[in-house]
Amino acid sequence: MADASPTASTAATGTPLLSARGLGRRFGGLAAVDDVSIDLAVGQIHAVIGTNGAGKSTLVNMLSGELAPSAGSVHFAGHDVTRWPQPRRARAGLGRSYQRTTLFPEFSLAENCRLAAQAGAPRPWRFWERASADRAGLATALRVLAEAGLAADAERVAGTLSHGGKRQLEIAMCLATAPQALLLDEPLAGMGAEETGRMLALLTTLKATHAILLVEHDMDAVFKVADRVTVMVNGQVIASDVPERIRTDRAVQIAYLGDEAPTLAAGAAALLPEGAGPALGRPGGRPR
Amino acid sequence: MRSDGIVTAPLNDTRAEVGELPDIGRREAGGWAVPTAAVLVLALLPLVLSPYAQDVVVRIAIYAVFALSLELLVGATGLVSLGHAAFLGIGAYAAVMGSGESGASLFFLVPIALAIAAAYALCVGLLSLRTRGVYFIMVTLAFAQMAYFVFHDTKVGGGSDGIFLYVKPVMQIAGTTVLDLANRAHFYYAVLVVLAATYAFIALLLGSRFGHALAGIRVNEQRMRAAGFSTTPYKLAAFVIAGALAGLAGLLLAVKDGGVNPELLSWHTSGEVLLMIILGGIGSLRGAVIGAIAFTLLKEACQSEALLGPLASHWQLTLGLVIIGFVAALPRGLIGLVERVRQVGAPRG
Repeated sequence: MADASPTASTAATGTPLLSARGLGRRFGGLAAVDDVSIDLAVGQIHAVIGTNGAGKSTLVNMLSGELAPSAGSVHFAGHDVTRWPQPRRARAGLGRSYQRTTLFPEFSLAENCRLAAQAGAPRPWRFWERASADRAGLATALRVLAEAGLAADAERVAGTLSHGGKRQLEIAMCLATAPQALLLDEPLAGMGAEETGRMLALLTTLKATHAILLVEHDMDAVFKVADRVTVMVNGQVIASDVPERIRTDRAVQIAYLGDEAPTLAAGAAALLPEGAGPALGRPGGRPR
Repeated sequence: MRSDGIVTAPLNDTRAEVGELPDIGRREAGGWAVPTAAVLVLALLPLVLSPYAQDVVVRIAIYAVFALSLELLVGATGLVSLGHAAFLGIGAYAAVMGSGESGASLFFLVPIALAIAAAYALCVGLLSLRTRGVYFIMVTLAFAQMAYFVFHDTKVGGGSDGIFLYVKPVMQIAGTTVLDLANRAHFYYAVLVVLAATYAFIALLLGSRFGHALAGIRVNEQRMRAAGFSTTPYKLAAFVIAGALAGLAGLLLAVKDGGVNPELLSWHTSGEVLLMIILGGIGSLRGAVIGAIAFTLLKEACQSEALLGPLASHWQLTLGLVIIGFVAALPRGLIGLVERVRQVGAPRG
């Protein structure tokens, strides 16, 4: 069942593993995403930030294949995957996590991850063979749980995990499918400071071997780990650059703070306070 | 079911032992011991039961096969179908029409009933699985009603009167008859074997990777797709297997009743089998069997004039009220009651 396993050389940083060109999606008269191009490369965390309703989740859904784009194309590991359904993209190495925690609460952590790993070797016709005999899957499960810092809880029932733990498990399940690219939709939402720190450390480790797209509202976190930041407003990209330049980008400040942003310096300071300021974590700024 | 999930051998170098992993929430206490004991008891029952009581047991066992097939859809995969009677009825019609006026071998009838029911399930599944939730319920109901009216209003299957099964099927090996379903004892044990085999097959299925994938789809289909599972083929496979098993139950029912009529395919029958698994407890194979027993006995009791006098002619009313009472008192079904009793009896640990 394994589809076109990607063979393109993806190790070389700089060659995009995933690249979207001119992606657009209209819902009736509303353009949720309009002409967005984005590249992901191994060794890079590419953050996408933007106000609520900016189209970030729609973008992720189009990249993962859950939503068909009305315009544009998606290339992944040398294939044009624009018309591929989500399961096929996932088997080719495109993993994603969800904003809402979506794990299987009645299963153990290990079974959650084993089941995710099973997608790569489903063998559904072997009905006489116990799922628990899937040693390769269990080994993968235990490895990814260890990577995500959950090794000690392998036998625990997923529903009993803390919120942060569930977010970690979500990443572990994503890793269990052996992805090359990770699309992470707000992995830090609702996490405490300590949990956030652990997650950021995990992302930094994963970056060496994966291309990561990080949709996040926590600006401190974004500017701590991102190698590149794309800012979306009203479905469009208004800036895409390295974090240092995004900090001082005039269009970004206007988008987040409004036209009457007093001065560049003050705007930048308010936008990106060093150390804290969750008040601006979910900016509701007016568009241009 | 066998308690599985025990992994003690080294798994690479990650962790030497994983102990017992809490598996999918489908492990039932006692493993295979309880079902095996139940089969043994059923095998010995003809020694003490009257022919009438044996008949009731046979009917319950056939409905248990039917209920188990629906449990695979509803309890295991999360697909609530209100048209499952169509497959029962089509299996029954296939058996009767295949047997003709001179009778036929089971080696011919069983594959025919399974194949035709499976083929109809494939068609219905392909179309209905494009919908979800309440729409799925309505579409499966619509397909079942369509099949019902084909048999009811056309001459294909003898119209509203149905067809008699003139000669009950036999199984012959090398010229000697090894199984003659006209013989009460033969039929009793044949039904028992089918029930045991169906139970074992579905239990095995649910414990396999296929079954775990179905459980994953039931809990969170979106996540399964994100992991890389093409979920529709899985749901379709479950739908076809459930349809084929219902067709097998239909064959047995046709043999038992000595014929078929369109009422087998009516939505009442679909509703009854759904009530059976709800009554027994959705999410448990034992629950499906217990539900088939309880429902059939309750219906029998409500229809009995000896028990209820003139009220027996209004059995739908009493049966309905009793079932509402049961479901209100036991939201997790009769199997939930069994588990509660066991917890009270067992020492806390």
